[in-house]
Amino acid sequence: MALFEALLELADDHLVLGHRLSEWCGHAPMLEEDLALPNMALDLIGTSRTLYTYAGEVEGAGRDEDALAYLRDEMEYRNCLLVERPNGDFAQTMLRQLYFAAFMEPYWKAALESPDETVRGIAGKAVKEMAYHIRHAGEWVIRLGDGTEESARRMQEAVEELHRYTDELFHSSAAARGVDALPDRAAIRPEWDRVIGEIFAEARLEIPQVPFPQQGGREMQHGEALGHMLAEMQVTHRAHPGAVW
Amino acid sequence: MYAQGLIGADGKTGESPEFLEAFQKRIDAEEKIEPNDAMPEGYRKTLIRQIGQHAHSEIVGMLPEGNWITRAPSLKRKAALLAKVQDEGGHGLYLYSAAETLGVSREQMTEELHSGKAKYSSIFNYPTLTWADIGIIGWLVDGAAIMNQIPLCRCSYGPYARAMIRVCKEESFHQRQGYEIVMTLAQGTPAQREMVQDALNRWWWPVLMMFGPHDSDSQHSDQNMAWKIKRFSNDALRQKFVDATVPQGEYLGLTFPDPELKWNEEKGGYDFGPIDWDEFWRVVKGGGVMNRDRIRDRKAAWENGAWVREAALAHAEKRRQRAAEAAPIAAE
Ligand SMILES: [Fe+2]
Ligand SMILES: [Fe+2]
Repeated sequence: MALFEALLELADDHLVLGHRLSEWCGHAPMLEEDLALPNMALDLIGTSRTLYTYAGEVEGAGRDEDALAYLRDEMEYRNCLLVERPNGDFAQTMLRQLYFAAFMEPYWKAALESPDETVRGIAGKAVKEMAYHIRHAGEWVIRLGDGTEESARRMQEAVEELHRYTDELFHSSAAARGVDALPDRAAIRPEWDRVIGEIFAEARLEIPQVPFPQQGGREMQHGEALGHMLAEMQVTHRAHPGAVW
Repeated sequence: MYAQGLIGADGKTGESPEFLEAFQKRIDAEEKIEPNDAMPEGYRKTLIRQIGQHAHSEIVGMLPEGNWITRAPSLKRKAALLAKVQDEGGHGLYLYSAAETLGVSREQMTEELHSGKAKYSSIFNYPTLTWADIGIIGWLVDGAAIMNQIPLCRCSYGPYARAMIRVCKEESFHQRQGYEIVMTLAQGTPAQREMVQDALNRWWWPVLMMFGPHDSDSQHSDQNMAWKIKRFSNDALRQKFVDATVPQGEYLGLTFPDPELKWNEEKGGYDFGPIDWDEFWRVVKGGGVMNRDRIRDRKAAWENGAWVREAALAHAEKRRQRAAEAAPIAAE
Protein backbone atom coordinates (compact mmCIF):
# COMPACT_ATOMS: atom_id res chain seq x y z
CA MET A 1 0.00 0.00 0.00
CA ALA A 2 2.98 2.34 0.30
CA LEU A 3 2.41 3.15 -3.38
CA PHE A 4 -0.98 4.64 -2.51
CA GLU A 5 0.54 6.94 0.11
CA ALA A 6 3.43 7.88 -2.16
CA LEU A 7 1.02 8.76 -4.99
CA LEU A 8 -1.00 10.88 -2.58
CA GLU A 9 2.13 12.79 -1.55
CA LEU A 10 2.71 13.66 -5.16
CA ALA A 11 -0.92 14.37 -6.00
CA ASP A 12 -1.43 16.58 -2.95
CA ASP A 13 1.70 18.58 -3.74
CA HIS A 14 0.45 19.20 -7.26
CA LEU A 15 -3.11 20.07 -6.34
CA VAL A 16 -2.22 22.36 -3.45
CA LEU A 17 0.37 24.26 -5.45
CA GLY A 18 -1.93 24.41 -8.51
CA HIS A 19 -4.69 25.79 -6.33
CA ARG A 20 -2.34 28.40 -4.89
CA LEU A 21 -1.30 29.53 -8.37
CA SER A 22 -4.93 29.68 -9.46
CA GLU A 23 -5.56 32.23 -6.70
CA TRP A 24 -3.57 34.72 -8.78
CA CYS A 25 -5.90 34.51 -11.76
CA GLY A 26 -7.00 38.03 -12.71
CA HIS A 27 -4.67 39.67 -10.19
CA ALA A 28 -1.21 39.20 -11.72
CA PRO A 29 1.28 42.07 -12.19
CA MET A 30 0.79 42.04 -15.98
CA LEU A 31 -1.51 40.45 -18.50
CA GLU A 32 1.20 38.05 -19.72
CA GLU A 33 1.42 36.64 -16.19
CA ASP A 34 -2.36 36.42 -16.00
CA LEU A 35 -1.93 33.88 -18.78
CA ALA A 36 1.26 32.19 -17.53
CA LEU A 37 0.12 31.59 -13.94
CA PRO A 38 -3.10 29.77 -14.89
CA ASN A 39 -1.07 27.85 -17.44
CA MET A 40 1.21 26.50 -14.75
CA ALA A 41 -1.76 25.93 -12.44
CA LEU A 42 -3.42 23.88 -15.16
CA ASP A 43 -0.31 21.73 -15.58
CA LEU A 44 -0.22 21.01 -11.87
CA ILE A 45 -3.93 20.36 -11.46
CA GLY A 46 -3.90 18.15 -14.55
CA THR A 47 -1.08 16.04 -13.13
CA SER A 48 -2.81 15.84 -9.75
CA ARG A 49 -5.91 14.46 -11.44
CA THR A 50 -4.08 11.56 -13.09
CA LEU A 51 -2.20 10.88 -9.86
CA TYR A 52 -5.40 10.81 -7.79
CA THR A 53 -7.11 8.58 -10.29
CA TYR A 54 -4.22 6.15 -10.18
CA ALA A 55 -4.03 6.33 -6.38
CA GLY A 56 -7.73 5.49 -6.25
CA GLU A 57 -7.17 2.44 -8.46
CA VAL A 58 -4.25 1.31 -6.34
CA GLU A 59 -6.29 1.69 -3.18
CA GLY A 60 -9.18 -0.23 -4.70
CA ALA A 61 -11.80 1.30 -2.43
CA GLY A 62 -13.73 3.04 -5.18
CA ARG A 63 -12.45 6.55 -4.48
CA ASP A 64 -12.11 8.72 -7.58
CA GLU A 65 -10.10 11.94 -8.03
CA ASP A 66 -12.81 14.10 -6.47
CA ALA A 67 -13.32 11.83 -3.47
CA LEU A 68 -9.59 12.05 -2.77
CA ALA A 69 -9.33 15.79 -3.38
CA TYR A 70 -12.56 17.02 -1.80
CA LEU A 71 -13.41 14.55 0.92
CA ARG A 72 -10.15 14.25 2.82
CA ASP A 73 -9.48 16.62 5.71
CA GLU A 74 -6.39 18.62 6.39
CA MET A 75 -5.05 15.87 8.66
CA GLU A 76 -5.20 13.42 5.74
CA TYR A 77 -3.36 15.65 3.24
CA ARG A 78 0.24 14.60 2.59
CA ASN A 79 1.64 17.62 0.74
CA CYS A 80 4.88 19.19 1.89
CA LEU A 81 4.68 22.53 3.69
CA LEU A 82 6.35 24.46 0.87
CA VAL A 83 3.41 24.17 -1.53
CA GLU A 84 0.77 25.22 0.99
CA ARG A 85 2.55 28.49 1.83
CA PRO A 86 0.33 31.44 0.95
CA ASN A 87 1.21 33.21 -2.29
CA GLY A 88 2.83 36.21 -0.63
CA ASP A 89 4.09 38.64 -3.24
CA PHE A 90 5.08 37.77 -6.80
CA ALA A 91 8.67 37.10 -5.70
CA GLN A 92 7.54 34.47 -3.20
CA THR A 93 5.19 32.85 -5.68
CA MET A 94 7.90 32.55 -8.32
CA LEU A 95 10.52 31.30 -5.89
CA ARG A 96 8.16 28.66 -4.47
CA GLN A 97 7.47 27.57 -8.05
CA LEU A 98 11.16 27.35 -8.86
CA TYR A 99 11.94 25.31 -5.74
CA PHE A 100 9.16 22.87 -6.56
CA ALA A 101 9.83 22.55 -10.29
CA ALA A 102 13.57 22.18 -9.76
CA PHE A 103 12.71 19.14 -7.66
CA MET A 104 9.98 17.68 -9.87
CA GLU A 105 11.79 17.92 -13.19
CA PRO A 106 14.64 15.56 -12.22
CA TYR A 107 12.18 13.46 -10.23
CA TRP A 108 9.98 12.84 -13.27
CA LYS A 109 13.04 12.29 -15.39
CA ALA A 110 14.05 9.49 -13.03
CA ALA A 111 10.47 8.21 -13.06
CA LEU A 112 10.73 7.68 -16.83
CA GLU A 113 12.70 4.55 -15.89
CA SER A 114 9.98 3.29 -13.54
CA PRO A 115 8.87 -0.36 -13.87
CA ASP A 116 5.31 0.98 -13.52
CA GLU A 117 3.78 1.86 -16.88
CA THR A 118 1.26 4.35 -15.48
CA VAL A 119 4.00 6.20 -13.65
CA ARG A 120 6.08 6.37 -16.83
CA GLY A 121 3.11 7.82 -18.68
CA ILE A 122 2.53 10.54 -16.07
CA ALA A 123 6.25 11.33 -15.96
CA GLY A 124 6.56 11.65 -19.72
CA LYS A 125 4.08 14.51 -19.81
CA ALA A 126 5.02 16.15 -16.52
CA VAL A 127 8.77 16.28 -17.14
CA LYS A 128 8.30 18.71 -20.04
CA GLU A 129 5.92 20.87 -18.07
CA MET A 130 8.32 21.09 -15.15
CA ALA A 131 11.18 22.08 -17.44
CA TYR A 132 8.99 24.98 -18.58
CA HIS A 133 8.15 25.93 -14.98
CA ILE A 134 11.86 26.02 -14.12
CA ARG A 135 12.48 28.28 -17.09
CA HIS A 136 9.59 30.60 -16.41
CA ALA A 137 9.99 30.88 -12.64
CA GLY A 138 13.78 30.85 -12.91
CA GLU A 139 13.77 33.79 -15.30
CA TRP A 140 11.61 35.75 -12.89
CA VAL A 141 13.85 34.91 -9.94
CA ILE A 142 16.79 36.23 -11.96
CA ARG A 143 14.97 39.36 -13.14
CA LEU A 144 13.74 40.21 -9.67
CA GLY A 145 16.96 39.27 -7.89
CA ASP A 146 18.97 41.38 -10.31
CA GLY A 147 16.39 44.08 -11.08
CA THR A 148 15.74 47.11 -8.89
CA GLU A 149 16.71 47.65 -5.27
CA GLU A 150 13.15 46.92 -4.21
CA SER A 151 12.84 43.73 -6.23
CA ALA A 152 16.20 42.46 -4.95
CA ARG A 153 15.09 43.10 -1.37
CA ARG A 154 11.78 41.31 -1.92
CA MET A 155 13.52 38.40 -3.61
CA GLN A 156 15.98 38.01 -0.75
CA GLU A 157 13.06 38.14 1.69
CA ALA A 158 11.34 35.41 -0.30
CA VAL A 159 14.44 33.24 0.02
CA GLU A 160 14.51 33.79 3.77
CA GLU A 161 10.84 33.00 4.00
CA LEU A 162 10.78 29.86 1.87
CA HIS A 163 14.16 28.20 1.89
CA ARG A 164 13.48 26.54 5.25
CA TYR A 165 10.68 24.51 3.65
CA THR A 166 12.77 23.01 0.86
CA ASP A 167 14.30 20.13 2.84
CA GLU A 168 10.96 18.41 3.01
CA LEU A 169 10.90 17.98 -0.77
CA PHE A 170 13.51 15.26 -0.33
CA HIS A 171 11.57 13.27 2.26
CA SER A 172 8.76 10.79 2.13
CA SER A 173 6.67 9.84 5.12
CA ALA A 174 7.43 6.44 6.68
CA ALA A 175 4.23 5.11 5.12
CA ALA A 176 5.30 6.05 1.61
CA ARG A 177 8.87 4.80 1.55
CA GLY A 178 10.41 1.94 -0.39
CA VAL A 179 8.18 2.06 -3.45
CA ASP A 180 9.87 0.55 -6.51
CA ALA A 181 7.54 2.34 -8.91
CA LEU A 182 8.74 5.79 -7.85
CA PRO A 183 12.19 7.43 -7.61
CA ASP A 184 13.97 7.93 -4.31
CA ARG A 185 13.36 11.53 -3.28
CA ALA A 186 16.69 11.91 -1.51
CA ALA A 187 18.56 11.05 -4.72
CA ILE A 188 17.21 14.21 -6.39
CA ARG A 189 19.19 16.50 -4.09
CA PRO A 190 22.39 17.00 -6.17
CA GLU A 191 20.49 18.03 -9.29
CA TRP A 192 18.25 20.38 -7.31
CA ASP A 193 21.28 21.97 -5.65
CA ARG A 194 22.91 22.46 -9.03
CA VAL A 195 19.92 24.14 -10.68
CA ILE A 196 19.14 26.37 -7.70
CA GLY A 197 22.83 27.24 -7.36
CA GLU A 198 23.09 28.34 -10.99
CA ILE A 199 19.93 30.43 -10.91
CA PHE A 200 20.81 32.01 -7.57
CA ALA A 201 24.25 32.98 -8.89
CA GLU A 202 22.66 34.75 -11.84
CA ALA A 203 20.05 36.32 -9.61
CA ARG A 204 22.74 37.49 -7.17
CA LEU A 205 21.03 35.69 -4.32
CA GLU A 206 22.66 33.97 -1.38
CA ILE A 207 21.64 30.46 -0.41
CA PRO A 208 20.89 30.93 3.29
CA GLN A 209 21.90 28.80 6.22
CA VAL A 210 18.74 27.23 7.59
CA PRO A 211 19.10 26.49 11.29
CA PHE A 212 15.59 25.09 11.64
CA PRO A 213 14.28 23.36 8.52
CA GLN A 214 10.50 23.07 8.61
CA GLN A 215 8.68 19.89 7.80
CA GLY A 216 5.62 17.94 8.83
CA GLY A 217 3.24 18.00 5.88
CA ARG A 218 4.29 14.55 4.73
CA GLU A 219 3.26 13.25 8.15
CA MET A 220 -0.02 15.14 7.82
CA GLN A 221 1.04 17.79 10.33
CA HIS A 222 0.49 21.09 8.53
CA GLY A 223 0.81 24.78 9.15
CA GLU A 224 -2.23 26.97 9.67
CA ALA A 225 -2.60 27.95 6.02
CA LEU A 226 -3.73 24.63 4.57
CA GLY A 227 -6.96 24.37 6.56
CA HIS A 228 -8.22 27.67 5.17
CA MET A 229 -7.26 26.70 1.67
CA LEU A 230 -9.07 23.37 1.87
CA ALA A 231 -12.12 24.93 3.53
CA GLU A 232 -12.50 27.16 0.49
CA MET A 233 -11.61 24.52 -2.06
CA GLN A 234 -13.97 21.88 -0.66
CA VAL A 235 -16.95 23.97 0.39
CA THR A 236 -19.15 23.61 -2.70
CA HIS A 237 -18.47 19.95 -3.19
CA ARG A 238 -19.15 19.10 0.46
CA ALA A 239 -22.33 21.19 0.65
CA HIS A 240 -23.98 18.81 -1.82
CA PRO A 241 -23.08 15.24 -0.83
CA GLY A 242 -23.32 12.82 -3.71
CA ALA A 243 -24.19 15.47 -6.30
CA VAL A 244 -22.85 15.22 -9.84
CA TRP A 245 -21.17 18.35 -11.25
CA MET B 1 -16.88 38.18 -23.42
CA TYR B 2 -17.80 41.28 -25.18
CA ALA B 3 -18.49 44.93 -24.65
CA GLN B 4 -22.16 45.74 -24.94
CA GLY B 5 -23.34 47.97 -27.75
CA LEU B 6 -20.71 50.69 -27.88
CA ILE B 7 -21.33 53.45 -25.36
CA GLY B 8 -20.45 57.07 -25.82
CA ALA B 9 -18.42 56.84 -29.01
CA ASP B 10 -17.93 60.09 -30.82
CA GLY B 11 -17.74 59.43 -34.53
CA LYS B 12 -17.25 63.10 -35.48
CA THR B 13 -14.74 63.54 -38.20
CA GLY B 14 -13.30 66.54 -40.05
CA GLU B 15 -11.97 65.29 -43.37
CA SER B 16 -12.88 66.60 -46.82
CA PRO B 17 -15.94 65.17 -48.54
CA GLU B 18 -13.71 63.73 -51.31
CA PHE B 19 -11.56 61.86 -48.81
CA LEU B 20 -14.58 60.52 -46.96
CA GLU B 21 -16.21 59.47 -50.19
CA ALA B 22 -13.12 57.60 -51.36
CA PHE B 23 -12.88 55.89 -47.97
CA GLN B 24 -16.55 54.94 -48.09
CA LYS B 25 -16.02 53.41 -51.53
CA ARG B 26 -13.38 51.09 -50.14
CA ILE B 27 -15.69 50.12 -47.29
CA ASP B 28 -18.60 49.53 -49.68
CA ALA B 29 -16.37 47.32 -51.81
CA GLU B 30 -15.74 45.21 -48.65
CA GLU B 31 -12.04 46.06 -48.71
CA LYS B 32 -10.34 45.61 -45.35
CA ILE B 33 -8.82 48.75 -43.86
CA GLU B 34 -5.31 48.05 -42.58
CA PRO B 35 -3.24 49.91 -39.94
CA ASN B 36 -1.18 52.01 -42.38
CA ASP B 37 -4.12 53.02 -44.57
CA ALA B 38 -5.50 56.53 -44.48
CA MET B 39 -8.70 56.62 -42.46
CA PRO B 40 -11.04 59.27 -41.11
CA GLU B 41 -10.22 60.41 -37.60
CA GLY B 42 -13.73 59.51 -36.46
CA TYR B 43 -13.31 55.98 -37.76
CA ARG B 44 -10.00 55.57 -35.95
CA LYS B 45 -11.37 57.02 -32.70
CA THR B 46 -14.50 54.91 -32.79
CA LEU B 47 -12.46 51.77 -33.31
CA ILE B 48 -10.01 52.59 -30.54
CA ARG B 49 -12.93 53.15 -28.25
CA GLN B 50 -14.75 49.99 -29.29
CA ILE B 51 -11.72 47.67 -29.31
CA GLY B 52 -10.56 49.18 -26.02
CA GLN B 53 -13.97 48.59 -24.41
CA HIS B 54 -13.94 45.10 -25.75
CA ALA B 55 -10.44 44.39 -24.42
CA HIS B 56 -11.30 45.83 -21.01
CA SER B 57 -14.42 43.66 -20.91
CA GLU B 58 -12.31 40.55 -21.41
CA ILE B 59 -9.96 41.56 -18.61
CA VAL B 60 -12.58 42.72 -16.11
CA GLY B 61 -14.61 39.65 -17.08
CA MET B 62 -11.88 37.48 -15.59
CA LEU B 63 -12.87 38.67 -12.11
CA PRO B 64 -16.46 37.44 -11.67
CA GLU B 65 -15.61 33.99 -12.99
CA GLY B 66 -12.25 33.96 -11.23
CA ASN B 67 -14.34 34.30 -8.08
CA TRP B 68 -15.29 30.60 -8.40
CA ILE B 69 -12.00 28.99 -9.47
CA THR B 70 -10.98 28.26 -5.90
CA ARG B 71 -14.43 26.84 -5.04
CA ALA B 72 -15.19 24.85 -8.20
CA PRO B 73 -17.02 21.67 -7.16
CA SER B 74 -14.85 19.14 -9.01
CA LEU B 75 -11.31 19.00 -10.35
CA LYS B 76 -12.57 18.71 -13.90
CA ARG B 77 -14.68 21.87 -13.53
CA LYS B 78 -11.87 23.67 -11.76
CA ALA B 79 -9.47 23.00 -14.62
CA ALA B 80 -12.06 23.93 -17.26
CA LEU B 81 -12.93 27.20 -15.53
CA LEU B 82 -9.28 28.10 -15.08
CA ALA B 83 -8.70 27.46 -18.78
CA LYS B 84 -11.72 29.55 -19.71
CA VAL B 85 -10.69 32.51 -17.60
CA GLN B 86 -7.23 32.22 -19.11
CA ASP B 87 -8.77 32.30 -22.59
CA GLU B 88 -10.50 35.56 -21.70
CA GLY B 89 -7.15 37.02 -20.72
CA GLY B 90 -5.81 35.88 -24.09
CA HIS B 91 -8.71 37.65 -25.83
CA GLY B 92 -7.79 40.80 -23.94
CA LEU B 93 -4.24 40.47 -25.18
CA TYR B 94 -5.18 40.08 -28.88
CA LEU B 95 -7.58 42.98 -28.59
CA TYR B 96 -5.10 45.32 -26.95
CA SER B 97 -2.71 44.41 -29.77
CA ALA B 98 -5.39 45.20 -32.36
CA ALA B 99 -6.04 48.57 -30.69
CA GLU B 100 -2.31 49.29 -30.61
CA THR B 101 -2.26 49.16 -34.41
CA LEU B 102 -4.39 52.31 -34.26
CA GLY B 103 -1.76 54.22 -32.32
CA VAL B 104 -2.81 53.83 -28.70
CA SER B 105 -0.70 52.02 -26.10
CA ARG B 106 -1.84 49.32 -23.72
CA GLU B 107 -0.69 51.47 -20.76
CA GLN B 108 -2.83 54.35 -21.94
CA MET B 109 -5.87 52.11 -22.33
CA THR B 110 -5.23 50.56 -18.91
CA GLU B 111 -5.08 54.00 -17.32
CA GLU B 112 -8.34 54.95 -18.96
CA LEU B 113 -9.97 51.83 -17.55
CA HIS B 114 -8.71 52.61 -14.07
CA SER B 115 -9.76 56.25 -14.18
CA GLY B 116 -13.25 55.29 -15.32
CA LYS B 117 -12.82 57.10 -18.64
CA ALA B 118 -13.03 53.87 -20.62
CA LYS B 119 -16.01 51.58 -20.18
CA TYR B 120 -16.31 47.82 -20.11
CA SER B 121 -19.33 45.61 -20.42
CA SER B 122 -21.70 46.30 -17.55
CA ILE B 123 -22.58 42.65 -17.21
CA PHE B 124 -19.42 42.20 -15.14
CA ASN B 125 -20.71 44.56 -12.50
CA TYR B 126 -23.08 41.87 -11.29
CA PRO B 127 -21.83 39.44 -8.64
CA THR B 128 -21.32 35.68 -9.11
CA LEU B 129 -23.12 34.23 -6.11
CA THR B 130 -23.23 30.47 -6.69
CA TRP B 131 -21.52 27.85 -8.82
CA ALA B 132 -24.54 27.94 -11.14
CA ASP B 133 -23.57 31.48 -12.15
CA ILE B 134 -20.53 29.99 -13.87
CA GLY B 135 -22.77 27.82 -16.05
CA ILE B 136 -25.20 30.65 -16.75
CA ILE B 137 -22.40 33.06 -17.64
CA GLY B 138 -20.92 30.60 -20.12
CA TRP B 139 -24.27 29.82 -21.67
CA LEU B 140 -25.75 33.34 -21.76
CA VAL B 141 -22.96 35.89 -21.45
CA ASP B 142 -20.58 34.09 -23.79
CA GLY B 143 -23.63 33.28 -25.91
CA ALA B 144 -24.56 36.96 -26.19
CA ALA B 145 -20.91 37.74 -26.89
CA ILE B 146 -20.98 35.36 -29.84
CA MET B 147 -24.11 36.99 -31.27
CA ASN B 148 -22.37 40.35 -31.03
CA GLN B 149 -19.02 39.18 -32.30
CA ILE B 150 -19.82 36.92 -35.24
CA PRO B 151 -20.71 39.97 -37.34
CA LEU B 152 -17.49 41.64 -36.16
CA CYS B 153 -15.50 38.92 -37.89
CA ARG B 154 -16.47 40.88 -41.02
CA CYS B 155 -15.72 44.29 -39.51
CA SER B 156 -14.08 46.65 -42.00
CA TYR B 157 -10.96 47.05 -39.87
CA GLY B 158 -8.67 44.12 -40.68
CA PRO B 159 -6.83 43.57 -37.38
CA TYR B 160 -10.09 43.68 -35.40
CA ALA B 161 -11.87 41.33 -37.79
CA ARG B 162 -9.01 38.83 -37.63
CA ALA B 163 -8.83 38.98 -33.83
CA MET B 164 -12.57 38.30 -33.74
CA ILE B 165 -12.31 35.16 -35.84
CA ARG B 166 -9.92 33.67 -33.33
CA VAL B 167 -11.91 34.88 -30.35
CA CYS B 168 -15.25 33.61 -31.67
CA LYS B 169 -13.99 30.05 -31.92
CA GLU B 170 -13.08 30.06 -28.25
CA GLU B 171 -16.27 31.82 -27.21
CA SER B 172 -18.41 29.15 -28.80
CA PHE B 173 -16.47 26.54 -26.89
CA HIS B 174 -17.15 28.52 -23.69
CA GLN B 175 -20.81 28.73 -24.54
CA ARG B 176 -21.14 24.97 -25.04
CA GLN B 177 -19.23 24.32 -21.83
CA GLY B 178 -21.50 26.73 -19.93
CA TYR B 179 -24.61 25.08 -21.30
CA GLU B 180 -23.24 21.72 -20.27
CA ILE B 181 -22.78 22.96 -16.68
CA VAL B 182 -26.34 24.30 -16.72
CA MET B 183 -27.63 21.00 -18.08
CA THR B 184 -25.82 19.02 -15.40
CA LEU B 185 -27.31 21.22 -12.68
CA ALA B 186 -30.78 21.16 -14.22
CA GLN B 187 -30.69 17.36 -14.17
CA GLY B 188 -29.15 17.23 -10.69
CA THR B 189 -30.41 17.33 -7.12
CA PRO B 190 -33.31 19.62 -6.10
CA ALA B 191 -30.78 22.03 -4.58
CA GLN B 192 -28.80 22.13 -7.83
CA ARG B 193 -31.96 22.74 -9.86
CA GLU B 194 -32.95 25.55 -7.55
CA MET B 195 -29.47 27.02 -7.80
CA VAL B 196 -29.48 27.10 -11.57
CA GLN B 197 -33.00 28.54 -11.82
CA ASP B 198 -32.02 31.28 -9.38
CA ALA B 199 -28.93 32.09 -11.44
CA LEU B 200 -31.02 32.32 -14.62
CA ASN B 201 -33.45 34.64 -12.85
CA ARG B 202 -30.65 36.97 -11.84
CA TRP B 203 -28.73 37.02 -15.13
CA TRP B 204 -31.43 37.01 -17.78
CA TRP B 205 -32.27 40.71 -17.88
CA PRO B 206 -28.70 41.97 -17.50
CA VAL B 207 -27.73 39.69 -20.39
CA LEU B 208 -30.43 41.19 -22.62
CA MET B 209 -28.99 44.60 -21.76
CA MET B 210 -25.60 43.50 -23.11
CA PHE B 211 -26.83 44.27 -26.63
CA GLY B 212 -27.10 47.94 -25.73
CA PRO B 213 -29.90 50.51 -25.92
CA HIS B 214 -32.77 50.24 -28.37
CA ASP B 215 -31.90 51.30 -31.89
CA SER B 216 -34.12 54.35 -31.47
CA ASP B 217 -31.93 55.51 -28.54
CA SER B 218 -28.57 54.49 -29.90
CA GLN B 219 -26.50 57.44 -31.10
CA HIS B 220 -23.85 57.08 -33.81
CA SER B 221 -25.29 53.77 -34.91
CA ASP B 222 -25.86 54.90 -38.50
CA GLN B 223 -22.29 56.10 -39.06
CA ASN B 224 -20.89 52.89 -37.56
CA MET B 225 -23.15 50.85 -39.81
CA ALA B 226 -21.99 52.80 -42.86
CA TRP B 227 -18.35 52.25 -41.88
CA LYS B 228 -19.11 48.58 -41.27
CA ILE B 229 -17.76 48.72 -37.75
CA LYS B 230 -21.19 47.53 -36.79
CA ARG B 231 -23.16 45.16 -38.99
CA PHE B 232 -26.49 44.62 -37.23
CA SER B 233 -28.59 46.79 -34.98
CA ASN B 234 -28.72 46.22 -31.21
CA ASP B 235 -32.36 45.18 -31.33
CA ALA B 236 -31.86 42.76 -34.22
CA LEU B 237 -29.04 40.99 -32.37
CA ARG B 238 -31.02 40.91 -29.14
CA GLN B 239 -33.98 39.34 -30.91
CA LYS B 240 -31.75 36.75 -32.52
CA PHE B 241 -30.28 35.89 -29.14
CA VAL B 242 -33.66 35.49 -27.47
CA ASP B 243 -34.92 33.31 -30.29
CA ALA B 244 -31.90 31.04 -30.08
CA THR B 245 -31.72 30.87 -26.28
CA VAL B 246 -35.28 30.40 -25.05
CA PRO B 247 -35.75 26.92 -26.56
CA GLN B 248 -32.41 25.84 -25.05
CA GLY B 249 -33.64 26.85 -21.59
CA GLU B 250 -37.08 25.34 -22.01
CA TYR B 251 -35.51 22.08 -23.13
CA LEU B 252 -33.91 21.87 -19.67
CA GLY B 253 -37.16 22.71 -17.90
CA LEU B 254 -35.96 26.16 -16.87
CA THR B 255 -38.26 29.16 -16.84
CA PHE B 256 -37.31 32.67 -17.89
CA PRO B 257 -38.14 35.52 -15.50
CA ASP B 258 -40.37 37.32 -18.01
CA PRO B 259 -44.14 36.81 -17.92
CA GLU B 260 -44.46 38.47 -21.32
CA LEU B 261 -42.07 36.08 -23.06
CA LYS B 262 -44.12 34.35 -25.73
CA TRP B 263 -43.61 32.87 -29.19
CA ASN B 264 -45.06 35.11 -31.87
CA GLU B 265 -45.97 32.99 -34.84
CA GLU B 266 -46.50 35.96 -37.09
CA LYS B 267 -43.04 37.50 -36.66
CA GLY B 268 -41.39 34.10 -36.29
CA GLY B 269 -39.70 35.13 -33.05
CA TYR B 270 -40.34 35.65 -29.36
CA ASP B 271 -42.00 38.69 -27.89
CA PHE B 272 -40.49 39.73 -24.60
CA GLY B 273 -41.16 42.24 -21.85
CA PRO B 274 -39.69 45.74 -21.45
CA ILE B 275 -36.07 46.05 -20.39
CA ASP B 276 -35.39 48.21 -17.34
CA TRP B 277 -33.19 50.84 -18.93
CA ASP B 278 -32.94 52.77 -15.69
CA GLU B 279 -31.10 49.82 -14.24
CA PHE B 280 -28.90 49.59 -17.32
CA TRP B 281 -27.82 53.25 -17.11
CA ARG B 282 -27.41 53.07 -13.34
CA VAL B 283 -24.95 50.18 -13.69
CA VAL B 284 -23.16 51.76 -16.67
CA LYS B 285 -22.67 54.90 -14.61
CA GLY B 286 -21.12 53.04 -11.70
CA GLY B 287 -24.14 52.10 -9.59
CA GLY B 288 -23.97 48.30 -9.92
CA VAL B 289 -23.19 46.07 -6.96
CA MET B 290 -19.66 45.30 -8.14
CA ASN B 291 -18.54 48.39 -10.12
CA ARG B 292 -16.28 49.72 -7.39
CA ASP B 293 -14.90 46.29 -6.53
CA ARG B 294 -14.03 45.48 -10.12
CA ILE B 295 -12.06 48.64 -10.69
CA ARG B 296 -10.48 48.48 -7.26
CA ASP B 297 -9.29 44.91 -8.00
CA ARG B 298 -7.89 45.85 -11.39
CA LYS B 299 -6.10 48.88 -9.94
CA ALA B 300 -4.74 46.85 -7.04
CA ALA B 301 -3.34 44.22 -9.42
CA TRP B 302 -1.73 46.96 -11.50
CA GLU B 303 -0.34 48.94 -8.58
CA ASN B 304 0.86 45.89 -6.64
CA GLY B 305 2.60 44.70 -9.79
CA ALA B 306 4.39 47.98 -10.49
CA TRP B 307 7.61 46.90 -8.77
CA VAL B 308 7.62 43.67 -10.82
CA ARG B 309 7.27 45.51 -14.11
CA GLU B 310 9.93 48.03 -13.08
CA ALA B 311 12.29 45.23 -12.10
CA ALA B 312 11.80 43.51 -15.47
CA LEU B 313 12.71 46.73 -17.27
CA ALA B 314 15.68 47.41 -15.01
CA HIS B 315 16.99 43.89 -15.50
CA ALA B 316 16.64 44.09 -19.27
CA GLU B 317 18.56 47.37 -19.21
CA LYS B 318 21.33 45.85 -17.09
CA ARG B 319 21.61 42.97 -19.54
CA ARG B 320 21.82 45.34 -22.46
CA GLN B 321 24.55 47.35 -20.76
CA ARG B 322 26.54 44.28 -19.81
CA ALA B 323 26.33 42.98 -23.35
CA ALA B 324 27.52 46.36 -24.66
CA GLU B 325 30.44 46.39 -22.20
CA ALA B 326 31.39 42.82 -22.96
CA ALA B 327 31.28 43.27 -26.74
CA PRO B 328 34.57 45.19 -27.30
CA ILE B 329 36.47 42.79 -25.03
CA ALA B 330 35.13 39.82 -26.94
CA ALA B 331 36.19 41.48 -30.19
CA GLU B 332 39.80 41.96 -29.10
FE1 LIG C 1 -13.66 36.36 -24.41
FE1 LIG D 1 -15.60 33.59 -23.32
